[in-house]
Amino acid sequence: MMEQPEQEITTTRLPKLETTAKAPARQDTPASMIFDVRNVSIYYGAFKAVTDVSLPIYENEVTALIGSSGSGKSTVLRSLNRMNDLVPGARVDGEMYYRGTPLYDKAVSPAAVRRRIGMVFQKPNPFPKSIYDNVAYGPRISGQRNKAKLDEIVERSLRAAALWDEVKNRLKQSGLALSGGQAQRLCIARTIAVEPDVVLMDEPASALDPIATLAIEDLIRELKRNYTIVIVTHNMQQATRVSDRTAFFSVLTDSKNDTRTGVLVEYGLTQQIFEDPHDSRTQAYVTGRMG
Amino acid sequence: MSTTVKTGPAIPAGPVRGLSLRRPLGDRAFALLALAAGLVVLVILVLIAVTMTQQSTSWFSSEGWSGVFSTDWDPAHGKLGAMAFVYGTVITSIIAIAISFPVSVGVALLLTEVVPRRVAQPIVYVIDLLAVVPSVVWGLWGFLILVPWLQTIYAHIASAVNGIWILGNLFGFLNGNYVSGASFFTCGLILAIMITPIVTSLSREVIATVPATDKEGAYALGATRWEMIRGSVWPHSQTGIVGATLLGLGRAMGETIAAALVIGSSPTITSHLFTPGYSMPSVIANQFGESSGVFRAALIGMGVLLFLLTIIVNLVARAVVERNARRMRGTA
Amino acid sequence: MAVTTQQSVDLREPSGWRRAKNQIVTGGMWFAFLCMLVPLGFVLVTVIAKGASTISWQFLTNGTIPPNILPASIGGMGAAVVGTLVITGLASVIAIPLGILGAIYISEYGTNNPLAAFISFLADVMTGVPSIVMGLFIFTIWVLHYGYSGLAGAFALACLMLPIVIRSAYEMLRLVPNELREASYALGATKSRVTLTVVLPAAIGGIVSGALLAVARAAGETAPLLFTILTVESTNANVFSGANTALSTQIFVNATQPYVGAQDRAWGSALTLIAIAFILMIAARLTTARFTRYSR
Repeated sequence: MMEQPEQEITTTRLPKLETTAKAPARQDTPASMIFDVRNVSIYYGAFKAVTDVSLPIYENEVTALIGSSGSGKSTVLRSLNRMNDLVPGARVDGEMYYRGTPLYDKAVSPAAVRRRIGMVFQKPNPFPKSIYDNVAYGPRISGQRNKAKLDEIVERSLRAAALWDEVKNRLKQSGLALSGGQAQRLCIARTIAVEPDVVLMDEPASALDPIATLAIEDLIRELKRNYTIVIVTHNMQQATRVSDRTAFFSVLTDSKNDTRTGVLVEYGLTQQIFEDPHDSRTQAYVTGRMG
Repeated sequence: MSTTVKTGPAIPAGPVRGLSLRRPLGDRAFALLALAAGLVVLVILVLIAVTMTQQSTSWFSSEGWSGVFSTDWDPAHGKLGAMAFVYGTVITSIIAIAISFPVSVGVALLLTEVVPRRVAQPIVYVIDLLAVVPSVVWGLWGFLILVPWLQTIYAHIASAVNGIWILGNLFGFLNGNYVSGASFFTCGLILAIMITPIVTSLSREVIATVPATDKEGAYALGATRWEMIRGSVWPHSQTGIVGATLLGLGRAMGETIAAALVIGSSPTITSHLFTPGYSMPSVIANQFGESSGVFRAALIGMGVLLFLLTIIVNLVARAVVERNARRMRGTA
Repeated sequence: MAVTTQQSVDLREPSGWRRAKNQIVTGGMWFAFLCMLVPLGFVLVTVIAKGASTISWQFLTNGTIPPNILPASIGGMGAAVVGTLVITGLASVIAIPLGILGAIYISEYGTNNPLAAFISFLADVMTGVPSIVMGLFIFTIWVLHYGYSGLAGAFALACLMLPIVIRSAYEMLRLVPNELREASYALGATKSRVTLTVVLPAAIGGIVSGALLAVARAAGETAPLLFTILTVESTNANVFSGANTALSTQIFVNATQPYVGAQDRAWGSALTLIAIAFILMIAARLTTARFTRYSR
């Protein structure tokens, strides 16, 4: 029962599910800007996947990227932690700043970026290692070797991911043995174990059943207090449930060249996007007429 | 009830320190290590070609190109024509694939079309066991057990077909009433046993790429299994199976020890398969120890020939299998 | 209301020649299997029958191999057993790490990399090079300069094992799902870290299994050793210099001897060699069974 002075182990119970009553209109008073995306276009080789996106993302908010498939939301998300670097031929034009530092500067190390900006994927992908080793993986490759510290980090992260009580007696079991919802929470625990600044989530609940989905959404609302979260989702109700701000993407078809390019149509507070969309395309999408 | 979650020092706003790390030394070193390991393959192949050719130049220079492939082999008197050995290599390998082909394809079809999963397991074990028996054990068994036994069998066959047109030329007597258990045919037989596992597994892989819909379609029309195989499986996979057989050919050509023990060690060029013969790998294995000078250069030179020959056969085999695979991918 | 058919439906198997042909072909396939089974059974039974009587603790461990004329009860093949184990072990130590690294290069550093594709092609070509060529090769570049030794034999066996290990390890690495690599990258790992801490451990079962099969193959090889170790009759503890011996070469030498003692020793050695190969093969199967699961 060692306690470090500046860190406390939390006990969190999942908050009750929100009712569907509309919240009162929010004033837009953003915290500091974490990402400053300016006129960014992303190419895969010659193919332009996304064009001219400008998107400020603010601290301790949940920002949702919504839109029909092929509209580039995942592409934009993955560019925020330079995961697109892994695709041969991927290129980012424009300016992208993370806390004032240009993200794609030549001197910036992608690995260092990803330690600060974590990612949770659509299909839960736990390593074929024990639950403990899954969560301890990130800290270990960052150089943390002390067993006691690792134990503490693992417990803290699993608690924050609302998984501790379910797995605390079987930490040595393989991560592959967990159910879908549990595995995804394990992946979330694994991501926050390195104490990132931002957590990116690419349709984190789309592969899960409805009950597991709600659990993940509750988790997102909890995590927002300490992390900035950007989430891609094709589920509009989910966006309304968890996000503070929403960006709506659409597809520009160029019939001459038979290409489809993603474009940012509208970006604002979630309440405004869904209740009072300014662009007609946004309105068509959120009212279900399109997409 | 929840207490505040504090997960570490608060991250300061403003420009982030520490983002700009150069690519760590360890990462770059590992990439170079992996590259070096890959290059070892290239280096070895190049060295094989270069050094062995160097060592055999005295053979080429003393015999000249015509002499190298002459049928005159008498090392004691400086005659080093290798034709008999090339002939032996080719003949025994052809016998090997002639025997192995029907067996391998038969078992491959058995595994893919006939038997259920559970019965397939023990059959695959048999194939694996066959593959793991070392070459020298086949040679030992071949020499001490098979050769004497086959001697009597050959004698019966030979006296039965002697004088009958082609059969007599292949399986009849060469000199008087003599056949030998240690002969081209026995060598081919043992080689066949040894290459069957690999030809079978490759054929299995090829047959497995035939789309199930084609097979089901044939069955749905009321075809028997044989008719389905002939109509749906064979046209799709014949090229691939030929490729698999060629790979077996390459293996048979290079197989040394078992061949050296049962081939008869007598450089001969003849169509009579029941007579003793010789092949390139066998003569190298048997005579290298006592060789020196140009004789040794000749043996090494034959090693170079073997190297080139097997590489060419391998390349052709791979190209054939790849063409078949590409066509299959297109239709799948 | 039931519908009654006017004509009777013939649901018997296709009659006559079609059926007969089918049965003949199926019979032919089983006969083909028999053709595989018979030689296997024959050789195993012979080796066990003839070798079992020779095998004894003394046979396996006595360090001096007596002259061929003496019966098998005198002396033993211990020298050859040690030789086989040590030389094959040394070859494995050289070839397996090198092969795994080579496979890592082709698999993990190989996207859009023509050199890696070329190396992969060369590795495939190298699997087809006959083992005798490897023996001759090491003879020309090593033995001619440094003499016969167990080390030379190990080099020759390593050349034989290398492409086999590369190929099988590569197949295993390829099977690791890409999502595992992505997860590792997303946690801030560099490429070498991703490979060493996630990809390799995930594939290790299959890699070890493939490596064990390569070792089994090498242990049974004779031709590469003929020109590199110069079979002798006593244990040479120094594998790095001086001629050495191994079970496979001993069998080869003894097979053609007219003496019963020599032949008995050959059978006993053959049984030992087969046992070693079988044990390795079984170990390979067990490893595969225990270790291969990558994703949910």
